Amino acid sequence: MSGLARALGWAAAALVLLLARRLRRRPEPAQLAPPPAEDASPAPPEHLPDPRAELWVAGLLGLAALLAAGFVVVDVLDPRHATQLMGLCLGLCLAALAAAAVLAGKRLVAQETAVEERPQLEHPEEQERVADLIEQPRRGISRRRLLKAAAGAAGAAVGGALIVPLASLGPVADQQELLKEDPWRSGTRLIDLEGRALAAAAVPLGGFVSAFPEGADPESLGSPLVVLRIAVDQLRLPPERAGWAPEGIMAFSKICTHAGCAIELFRYPLYAPTSPGPALVCPCHYSTFDVRTGGERTFGPAARPLPQLPLQIDGDGHLRAGGPLSAPPGPSWWGVRL
Amino acid sequence: AALCAALALSAPARAAAPAAPRGPADRAAVGRLLFLEGCASCHGADARGMPGRAPSLQGAGAGAADFYLTTGRMPLDAPGDPPLRTRPAYGPDDIAAIVAYVGSLGGPPIPDPHPERGSLREGLQAFTEHCAGCHQVAARGGIVTGAAAPALDEATPVQIAEAVRTGPYLMPVFPPAVIGERELDSIIRYIELTRDPDNRGGAGIGNVGPIPEGMVAWLVAGVALLIVARLIGERTPS
Repeated sequence: MSGLARALGWAAAALVLLLARRLRRRPEPAQLAPPPAEDASPAPPEHLPDPRAELWVAGLLGLAALLAAGFVVVDVLDPRHATQLMGLCLGLCLAALAAAAVLAGKRLVAQETAVEERPQLEHPEEQERVADLIEQPRRGISRRRLLKAAAGAAGAAVGGALIVPLASLGPVADQQELLKEDPWRSGTRLIDLEGRALAAAAVPLGGFVSAFPEGADPESLGSPLVVLRIAVDQLRLPPERAGWAPEGIMAFSKICTHAGCAIELFRYPLYAPTSPGPALVCPCHYSTFDVRTGGERTFGPAARPLPQLPLQIDGDGHLRAGGPLSAPPGPSWWGVRL
Repeated sequence: AALCAALALSAPARAAAPAAPRGPADRAAVGRLLFLEGCASCHGADARGMPGRAPSLQGAGAGAADFYLTTGRMPLDAPGDPPLRTRPAYGPDDIAAIVAYVGSLGGPPIPDPHPERGSLREGLQAFTEHCAGCHQVAARGGIVTGAAAPALDEATPVQIAEAVRTGPYLMPVFPPAVIGERELDSIIRYIELTRDPDNRGGAGIGNVGPIPEGMVAWLVAGVALLIVARLIGERTPS
């Protein structure tokens, strides 16, 4: 690392020297040669080399050289803790070089616009021959139709490639069945991150854990769950979901119905009367789902409730699914959004 | 060594002062008086809470009381206010007394974490899994709708352990079955790392990762380059 930095420093120094020498040589002919006579050129020179600019450019180049040398010095003296200082040296060095180049280009190099008169060709035949010569390439294309056809085919193909995917937005290639895939059946056991069956007792009041279906692909959209427990007297589930939350334990799809982020935030008030209520919150856009009512959206861009999984506690005290998810899991798309 | 000796001498001297409580029972008695004075208006004279105003502290435990008092989150100005970290309203002796009183009502004790026993690698993993959703992976705090998750830069190891086990305000509870003792030690060790991460140079910009750095690059450096390009460019005279 420091070898590379040192090499960079030397390279910068060498560059500075090289530029300085070239620039010192370059202005001399411009100064010696008098500007072309004004009557010879329709446009007079726009800039003449400015002797003061020379000093400025030389000063900037000198500064760049000093900074490059400083880079090397810092690197040699304190190679461990001075990365900022090294960066500052090299950065300012490059900035000084750039400023010198800009100044040299704008003020040092003479800029003029000269138009050279072209003498008339003497012989009319020769003029014709030259015109013919200029026309020649245009006639050289002998397969004009082939090229046109090929260009047309390419254009049509590119246009088609851009238009065809639009079909996936409509009903022709509807993917709803695929997206409705739900790994949860009545009786599927919930397992934790380590693959052990999740016991009801492992879900603390006011706490949450992640869970997956036993024997199914954990990467499937409907697989990840967030399992939480709230006080039973806080439940406000709709009547058709009575019994979905034994002992106040509830399971929701972990995938936000807005943009498909993993819901990582669980808000559970220590004392409900003076605090916001228990809710799951998506960290991406803060869609907020009230867990008491079964995942209804109370805030944020999500358009539909968080799918809930009915739960049962089996004889061993483990959690099992009581049926499929209440709605297709995953982000919203046309047709399922409402 | 002299300093240690001085401290060792001063500690019993303070304990022997007449106003200071001697045993745990004495301390709880003093704590009860302080509680009646400063806390009972909301939590009730017998610490059984007042409906709609403040929860019962029966079974809340010494850990919760210590967390709320040492971080200055209690007492609140008004019952509905969100509890935010401020300077503690009581001195260490008074806090110890009130904590002893609340602890005598039952509940979990003050935890005893040992971050030096934890592993940074496990800590990062566990923090990402359980805590980063709200507090950010850099432990700089964040937002849940309705409240702010605090930054963890001032929290002591004991306070972190207390918060994990108690679930203060809107924070969920993480009992030992969810975050084990060793995992908790690792998490605390990781949080201590986030306060002084090994920056490779320059401003850390909150250490929240490449997004603020990219923003700086695009908004500052990009704009500067555009301005320079505009300045050195020339228009062809028409």
